[in-house]
Formats: sequence, structure tokens, C-alpha cells
Amino acid sequence: MDLVKWGLNPWGQSILTHVSWTLFWASLFAGLMFLVAHGSYMLLSAHRKRPETETDKLEAAYSNVPARVERHSAMARLFHWVMAAAMFVLLFTAFLPVVGMKFAWVQWHWMAGLVLTGSILFHIIHASFFLDFWSIWVGPKDIPEMKAEVLRELGRDVPGPKSGKYPLGNRLYHMAIVVAGLSAVLTGVLMMSRVRTPVFTRNPYLFGDSAWGVTYVLHGLAGVGLVGLVIAHVYFAVRPEKWWITKSMVFGWITRRQYLEHHEPERWRVTANQPTSRS
Amino acid sequence: MAVIHDVIPAFELFQPESTGDAMSLVSRYGSEAWIMAGGMDSFDWLKDRIKRPSVVIDLSRVQDLRGIKESNGGIEIGAGTTLTEVVNNPLVRDKFALLAEAAELVASPQIRNQGTIGGNVTQDTRCWYYRAGWSCYRAGGNICYADTPTAINREHAILGADRCVAVNPSDTAPALVALDAQMVIQSASGVRVVDAEDYFIGPDTDITRMTVLAPGELLTAIRIPSTFAGAQFYFEKIRDRNVWDFPLLNVASASRMSGGNIQSIRIVINAAAARPLRLHTVEAAVIGKPRNEQTAMLAGELAIEGAQALRHNGYKIPLMRNLVKRAIRGNPSDT
Repeated sequence: MDLVKWGLNPWGQSILTHVSWTLFWASLFAGLMFLVAHGSYMLLSAHRKRPETETDKLEAAYSNVPARVERHSAMARLFHWVMAAAMFVLLFTAFLPVVGMKFAWVQWHWMAGLVLTGSILFHIIHASFFLDFWSIWVGPKDIPEMKAEVLRELGRDVPGPKSGKYPLGNRLYHMAIVVAGLSAVLTGVLMMSRVRTPVFTRNPYLFGDSAWGVTYVLHGLAGVGLVGLVIAHVYFAVRPEKWWITKSMVFGWITRRQYLEHHEPERWRVTANQPTSRS
Repeated sequence: MAVIHDVIPAFELFQPESTGDAMSLVSRYGSEAWIMAGGMDSFDWLKDRIKRPSVVIDLSRVQDLRGIKESNGGIEIGAGTTLTEVVNNPLVRDKFALLAEAAELVASPQIRNQGTIGGNVTQDTRCWYYRAGWSCYRAGGNICYADTPTAINREHAILGADRCVAVNPSDTAPALVALDAQMVIQSASGVRVVDAEDYFIGPDTDITRMTVLAPGELLTAIRIPSTFAGAQFYFEKIRDRNVWDFPLLNVASASRMSGGNIQSIRIVINAAAARPLRLHTVEAAVIGKPRNEQTAMLAGELAIEGAQALRHNGYKIPLMRNLVKRAIRGNPSDT
């Protein structure tokens, strides 16, 4: 089974051209298998969340926390949904032709790509200067939380730290989407120089054959990777125990009890007037 | 560059004698099979060793794919009918002279004796970068060598280019689109009938194919309805030499007049894009107008809207404008 496709350039040299679409099917299969595996695990295993009595105590202790805690600003939500729409257009235009639905996809693909690129640039600036930039990242300091989360998933009562503003799963997912998304966007913008658009002057000689091959393969790898990642993301967004997170991405807020039940108030501090977070 | 070798690489050859047998072979071997009708396109690929199929299905012995018969006032042409048979057929000459004229301008008498109408409309593009075996978009790669600053692209596309700038080289294809023909396609799952206009696809839809024919499918017949039987036709092919050459551009039109004005018209240009382009805007603009210089000028200008020249094919834009003007003016006998 070939994972990448090779071709010959005019000088008879072997050059990379694309990823094999086998990888698309592999990513689709992996995403669906993860969904089945996780769904089965959630049905069959015990899951520890903060006991109600403990949350009651926290509610009493944190009575200064407002009834509604802002989790996502309007701007952050707008970015998220614009990016989601762009991502779906990109994936459908990229892969529907692969599964046999033929249509003129390239124009839709690069236009959605530009929307995604713009929204990512906006997000980087917005997150860097107007949000708590580090709250979404994962680092060595999160190892205790990771251990505690794993033990809780295995059914143990662990008093260890809860998450700050973003659950550990969110932060790990964000890291994966950053790698795949930025790879797709950076290579995609370069690839736009090979198609006719009103945006860039076409320049097929921007790189040599080998560099173009690597660019196309990276774009393809990022694309097929995003298939699995998006399946996982949508799956978690519709799981009943995660609806409170999904709703917060629609309405912007969570309740005080959800805040205290799922987060570590010391790691995501919320005051009556303004939420602050620290990782 | 491609080198023509003396011996074609080995393949398993099947020569079915009925459409049923051909279909079972096509279904069994799917994308492994190379389907050959007259061989006029196939042998180039095979001798150049660019395509190396393991199985070749030769349709030349399938008699039920050949022949022309009347059908509901129109005609049905078997896909295996030779171009010479199309040219000489009295039904075609009487009702659809446009097709006879287009077929008569294909290549040379020897090629028309051997080449089939199904093969002529389904043939692959003649872009030499692609046919030389380079890893271009159409061959599954990631570049169009014909659309680079130093490319030799005199024969390439001025419209409908999407990464690939290859053109459809068929002469009969625009005539069939102008005549509102339908293509009958068989596969293991049954028969589907596709308008000729939709049979051809551009690189925006599928960059590796020229038609909607998928592996496992076979073009078995072409139906021409009576809509334009005996109508006014115009066909003109421009090529570098007057025999045995592909079109630089060709134009086909079928029209009916009423009270000195154009009542209905279909006008199609080929070799300007990867598929025959029906000029809907031109058609809409000229209906109800007389065949005169003013209408021709309008049509010519509308036809080239959006045309984009490559380095060496700028001449195609005025050529296309003039061909459309001439098609609107029509033959002297049409007035």
C-alpha cells in the first residue's frame, strides 16, 4: 500500500506528487473507530466527576461567582463558527470528489481556505492580545492534571487538580488542530500560486518539483488528518455530557455550578465582574 | 520525451463479438481494462508506453455496436460506427448534415475508415506534455507543464482552464452537442443516457478525465433527436494543414429561422477548452434577431468574454470571435 504518490519530472527524476487517498479512508476509518471505541467505553465504564456534595460546598464558598460565567466572548464564538464553516467547506470540497461526487470544487476550496486563513490570523491576534493566551496550551505543568484525569477515567476517586478554563482534552485537541490546521493553511496558501485566482499572480515556478511535491504531500497529510480530528470534535460536541461546553460556544456562558463542577476555581478565577484565567 | 518503440508491451487481449460479452469484460476488469474501438487514440498511448494496461478490450468485432438507424424521427448511431460510415450515411447526410460535415473533416480518409464516432468523441486530449508521460495534473501529478511561462501552448485552452489547459480535440463532439444528441452508456448496473453537453467534462470537475465515462462503463450509442433535423447548419474547422490535423478551433451550429429571424439556435465551439463549449450567452443574445452583421458582431464579442490567452495561443481569441461571427452569418444558402 502506497502512502504517497510519486511521479517523474521532465528530467526523469522521481518526485513526490500527492498523498495516497488510502490515507483519507484510513483517517475516516480511524475517526469512526475512535467514535465507536469511546462511545462503548463511556457506556461500559465508570466515570468520576466532582461529587455533588463537593460542588455544593464550592458553591457556598464561591458565592461571589456570578450565576452565569462567561466562557467565550462573542468575538471568540464568531471566530469558532466561521472557522468551523470554512473547515467543513474545505473538507467536503476536498474529499467529496475523492469518494465519487464530481463537481467544480477548486474555487470553493481556495475561497474557504482564504476564509480559514483570515479567521486563523484573526484568532492568533485576538488570543494573543485580548484573551489569556496560555490557557489553551499544554505543558509539563499539566502532568498532574493529566495523571488525575487518566485515573478518573479508569474509575478511581482522585482529588487531584481539575482543569483551568479549558479541559485537558480541549487543550490536547487544540494542539493537534494547530499542527494540522497551520500545515494545511500554510501549504494551501503556497499552492494557490499554482491555480488561477484573482488573489495571487500565478507562479508555478515558485518552488522546484521536489519542494512542490513536499508541499502537496504536507497539505494532503494535514487534510486527511483533519478528517479524523473533525470527526472526533463533532462527536464530543454532541455527546450529552459535553453539551454544556457546546452550549457555551453558542451562548457564551456556563452556569456557576458547571463552572465549579468542571473547573478548578484556583486555575480559572472568576470574579463578579470579570473572569480571569491562569494556567 | 516519448519514444515510439517497435513493440507494444504485452497485455491480455480480448476481442468480444457482442455488446453483452464486451460489457461482461468491461465489468470484470474495470479500471484495469483499456477499451479500444478503432485504436486511433489507443495505439499512440500503447506504442509510446505511457499507458501500460494489463488488459485490452478490442471492440472492433462487436457488430451490434455498429450501424445507423432511424429512431423517433431522429437517428441512433452505434458507437462503433466508423467515421466514414457516418459521413456516407444517407440519413445523416439528409437530416444532420452538420455531423456528416464534421466527421468528414476528421483527420484523413484512412483514419476515418478505421476510427469510430464513439472513439472520436471519447478520445483523450492531445496535449503533448500529458501524452509524453510527464506527471502533470491530468496524469495524476500536481503541475500543468503547458501553463508555465516557457511552455509551448499554441494549441491549448483559452476558456475553462482550471489548473490544466488541455483542450478537447474532437470534431464530431461540437456537432453532436449542437444537435442536442444523447449518449447511451452501459454498465453492469444498467443503461444511462446523458446529454452530449453533459457527457464532456472539464478539469474543474475531474482533471483526469475528458468525459463522464467511468471505469466499467461503455459508450454504446449516440442518439440524435429530430429537433434539428434538416435545420440550418454551420461547421467550420481551423487547423494548421488541411488534412490529418486536429482543430485549432472548430465551431458547430444548428439553427432554425422564422420570419427572417433566428428562432432557435445551438452554437458550440471546441478546442477552446477541455470540453466542447456551448455558447449559451450567445444563443440567448441572438434569438429573435436576423442573421446580419450586427448580430454576428454581437455574438462574436459575447463569445470571447472571459477568454484568457496563454503565452502562445492569443490568436485563438480573435479566431474564436470570427468563427462565431461566421456561424451566425451562416452559409450563403441560409439567408
